[in-house]
Amino acid sequence: MAEKVLVKGNEALAEAAILSGCRHYFGYPITPQTEIAAYMAKRMPKIGGVFLQAESEVAAANMVFGAAGAGARALTSSSSPGISLKAEALSYIAGCDLPCVVVNIVRAGPGLGGIQPAQSDYFQATKGHGHGDYQMIVLAPSSVQEVIHLTADAFDLADLYRMPVMIIGDGMLGQMMEPVEFDLGKRREIPPKTWATTGTEMKREHNIINSLIMNPDDLEACVRERYKRYDYIKEHEAMAEEYLMDDADFMITAYGTTARIAKNAIAELRKQGIKAGLVRPITLWPFPEKIYQKYTDKVSAILSVEMSMGQMVDDVKLAVGGKVPVHFYGRTGGNVPYPDEIIQSVLKITGGDK
Amino acid sequence: MSKRIHIVVGHYGSGKTEFAINYALKLKETHEKVMIADLDIVNPYFRTNDVRQMLEAKGISVLASPYAGSNVDIPALPADILRLFDDKSSAVVLDVGGDEDGAVVLGRFRQQLEEEGYEMLFVVNAFRPLTKDADSILEFLREVEAASRLKTTGLVNSSNLQGLTTAEDIIKGQRAVEETAAKSGIPVAYIAGIPEALQGLEAQYGEKLFPIARFLDLGYEF
Repeated sequence: MAEKVLVKGNEALAEAAILSGCRHYFGYPITPQTEIAAYMAKRMPKIGGVFLQAESEVAAANMVFGAAGAGARALTSSSSPGISLKAEALSYIAGCDLPCVVVNIVRAGPGLGGIQPAQSDYFQATKGHGHGDYQMIVLAPSSVQEVIHLTADAFDLADLYRMPVMIIGDGMLGQMMEPVEFDLGKRREIPPKTWATTGTEMKREHNIINSLIMNPDDLEACVRERYKRYDYIKEHEAMAEEYLMDDADFMITAYGTTARIAKNAIAELRKQGIKAGLVRPITLWPFPEKIYQKYTDKVSAILSVEMSMGQMVDDVKLAVGGKVPVHFYGRTGGNVPYPDEIIQSVLKITGGDK
Repeated sequence: MSKRIHIVVGHYGSGKTEFAINYALKLKETHEKVMIADLDIVNPYFRTNDVRQMLEAKGISVLASPYAGSNVDIPALPADILRLFDDKSSAVVLDVGGDEDGAVVLGRFRQQLEEEGYEMLFVVNAFRPLTKDADSILEFLREVEAASRLKTTGLVNSSNLQGLTTAEDIIKGQRAVEETAAKSGIPVAYIAGIPEALQGLEAQYGEKLFPIARFLDLGYEF
């Protein structure tokens, strides 16, 4: 354990899933996440697992639905257009209270868009994704090492709360290589899956997995019960990194690889005498509102930096409730913001631009 | 370096593209004309085409698909690919995609390559999980050979943890590569690494050492 190896974000995710007990992967290739499928195709047959390239993303996500119902730790992965296709199955999985992990290595959109990195699926991931009243826990790693920790935690969170968990990374995170250790970090205690359809052996009643509830009152009660769980998750599972926030009077906020680019900008801003810090949400849902609220009296403004036209910025505004002005800087179409661009945006807000 | 055509294969993350770029630059020291062809049809990010300007400024011709680095994912070869075989006065480096699917491209040119002769270097990073020891390296190498229908002529130990690489890491990787050489009969051609990591290894490995300058960086700290 803990020997350093050099891996791509996509490979790290696949291996971490295997180490977390995942033996069922169903997918369909799409750039820039294909290395997850390619890695699974090589590894799963050697460890008695299943790698299955389905005929489409729709099929792959429904195979996850089936495997999850049987109590398996099941994984599917794709990139933006493919995730849109998986939406239906994920809604059914959420409606049946089943655990699974789905990965979106985001590329530029809408439509076929392009294969270069983007963060423009934030709304899709955090605001429902498929149809109906439901949520997914959404985890946003920013380094290959963090991909490993969060993949392991994604399987635990899914089993613990019996719901789909999404790991979201931009194309850059999927493609970049970093030296890592396959240390999964602290694991959670998972209750036995007494609800799974594993065969009654004539010893118990049938377990039924179903999202069709005939009576409106019964369906409402079921959804309300589920939302109590969501409230508990909001209270207990929100995570964010606070970087140089102790003395900060300006907050940059960003997630994923954009947050790492922002750290470059912060180093330069501090040289110029601007005390900037970073809040990096690790869970996009639940959104770490309380961490933002800690700083509403301390910072003069917040700048949300994203590889999109401005999506997370809405959640930041909701979190601070108008107490601090919230600005936005973004690049889209497969372009990545450079530190200089972030610095110029900050200077414009603080009045220090030339 | 006696052949005209030098094929660089290996797993993505082995340092294959950095090695290919550095190899082309090395060839330029002794050859008037050098071409490098980006034949990577599997990896859309971090590729030879990303450093086209630098290479062209040094007088090296770059052949790459017009889609390389764009927003389209099309496994296309450069339209002028046959220049590689037509212009016999030019030394050629082929940077091939990082797995057996990438190596399929070579099969298309097998006849020309076999007629003229070639050097095929298999680049190994023993810190990559799928090529971590002699058995897994050989398994990968055989898959690439089967897909390309060509034979590896030399192994390159490019074991690295990027900027963190130390001399011990290179020695550790060299054990796996030497074992691969012993099992396969394919000689170790080069030991490639960043200059800091190669320091102190001259006595042990001599002229096999191949210092690498890194070109495929992002332009900022990560």
